[in-house]
Amino acid sequence: MALDQSFVGRSYPPTDPYEVGREKIREFAVAVGDANPVYTDPEAAKAHGHADVIAPPTFVFAITFKAAGQVVADPQLGLDYSRVVHGDQKFAYSRPVRAGDRLSVTSTIEAVKSLAGNDIIDIRGEVHDETGEHVVTAWTKLVSRAPEEA
Amino acid sequence: MAAQIKYADVEVGTELPAASFPVTRATLVQYAGASGDFNPIHWNEKFAKEVGLPDVIAHGMFTMAEAIRVVTDWVGDPGAVVEYGVRFTKPVVVPNDDRGGLIEVTAKVAAKLDDNRVRVDLTAMSAGQKVLGMSRAVVALA
Repeated sequence: MALDQSFVGRSYPPTDPYEVGREKIREFAVAVGDANPVYTDPEAAKAHGHADVIAPPTFVFAITFKAAGQVVADPQLGLDYSRVVHGDQKFAYSRPVRAGDRLSVTSTIEAVKSLAGNDIIDIRGEVHDETGEHVVTAWTKLVSRAPEEA
Repeated sequence: MAAQIKYADVEVGTELPAASFPVTRATLVQYAGASGDFNPIHWNEKFAKEVGLPDVIAHGMFTMAEAIRVVTDWVGDPGAVVEYGVRFTKPVVVPNDDRGGLIEVTAKVAAKLDDNRVRVDLTAMSAGQKVLGMSRAVVALA
């Protein structure tokens, strides 16, 4: 099913703040097997100039992808989520995410395409902290695979 | 930012220490909980096969998280990562045995940029296949 092209450029309202906790960062770092002490020890983080423990680079995806959920679930867009795979992912950081951040995401649809029956959507998530400072931008490409021929 | 590697000490072609990351079904269950991604293709073999996959596969974001460790272990401070992007080209298949799968990551400096920044190109392989494409990070060095 072709996606509605009029969605290109559409932005969604900022999400309610996600509060980044030290223990959630620790849980994530343990899950990816990364023992870097800047993720778990505030003193080690301070030694690198960070106000508190920081999160691994890909941690923020959980927050931006949840925000993107309001886009992909928009029934007007017509995306078949059961056939969606993750195509590309990119992050550009102004600073690392750290414990104590209250992060809000503004999602924008950058592109909508159909290629060889696959529906492709590019979503940009701008992540700001509680002071309005930019923290990171996440670009996510989702591909809804064409149904197999009957 | 407090990178431990000096910009002056690297050149185009400098190789970062390579690393391999094992991934088992238990790893994927743990990552599902930590990331909130409970898609059954990452833990339910029956479901994965029904949707045309060879077996349970790792979360793409798990592979992305492992690959950047080669960079963050090199620079010391993960806060030095300025940009990081990948394309998910092939899945990392995780069989239900004692060993699971293995993600093998190599990386080298591909370009020296302004402001003490370098571009690092990463290669991630699993079972002989390239699982990430266009995998690049920009890092601020000392």
